[in-house]
Amino acid sequence: MKATIAILGLALIAGGAISAPITFDFKDPKGVNNIVFKTDAPLESINGTGNGISGTVAFDPQNPAATAGKIVLQTSSLHVGNPMMKEHLHGGMWMDVKKYPEISFELGSLKNVKTAGDVTTADALGKLTMKGVTREITTPVKITFLKDKLKARSMKAGDLLVLRSSFTVKRSDYGINASQGEDKVSNDIEISLSVAGSAPRDS
Amino acid sequence: MRLRQGLRWLALAIVLCAAGYWLAAGANRGWTKTTRDRIEKDPITEITFPVRENHFSPGIDVVAGAFFVAGVLAISSLFASRKNNT
Repeated sequence: MKATIAILGLALIAGGAISAPITFDFKDPKGVNNIVFKTDAPLESINGTGNGISGTVAFDPQNPAATAGKIVLQTSSLHVGNPMMKEHLHGGMWMDVKKYPEISFELGSLKNVKTAGDVTTADALGKLTMKGVTREITTPVKITFLKDKLKARSMKAGDLLVLRSSFTVKRSDYGINASQGEDKVSNDIEISLSVAGSAPRDS
Repeated sequence: MRLRQGLRWLALAIVLCAAGYWLAAGANRGWTKTTRDRIEKDPITEITFPVRENHFSPGIDVVAGAFFVAGVLAISSLFASRKNNT
């Protein structure tokens, strides 16, 4: 009887170890992680990028629905090709990077989770905070778990997790120069996120 | 007379140079850009990401500025002409 309990206990511990979530760090020294944003107004179309990404996500390959975490973008990393436009973008009327240095998305839960192999698609429900305003949003997300692929990237044993998402937000919802007309900068901002996190482990 | 013609030729040269430069540099119909993004793909994660490069790409503001300067020179030539005639 004692032996059976011990075996069951070991099995539970082993099972727990296998299905324990892995924490991925999204700080990216290679500068690959990025967001692309686009506004398409009648008079002007503006494309920009941002690459100051950090954050952590806990992902369980056995239970992708339990994924949780937070992705943060340094607002000062937002970039457009025209220097004056970039100055305006960083200024008080628009993103006010001094007062609001971060944009963050905190994942609350995943719905409509579908997993095929290493790829999981779902609708991510979470809180997007921009310019001091937090709103609940739902965005489609594609999660790719790359087991043991970290070594190919950084010579350390471990896994990689790739997150991709595209969604649209209204700048008026976040108080981003809401008084500015939509002829030059549309109210809808299209955002595409492509980020990879790493989880090194002792080999 | 020589000044009047000189100003007009200079205005024409500015317009032609600016338009030619703008066309040769890719006819960017937006604002002038000082950087451009080259898109690369990470072979492991297959993430496409922009690599920023310093690159001057004249926009319509450069062309408009050149046309404005040329216009000022052309108008100035009219006054130069009057001065010469009196």
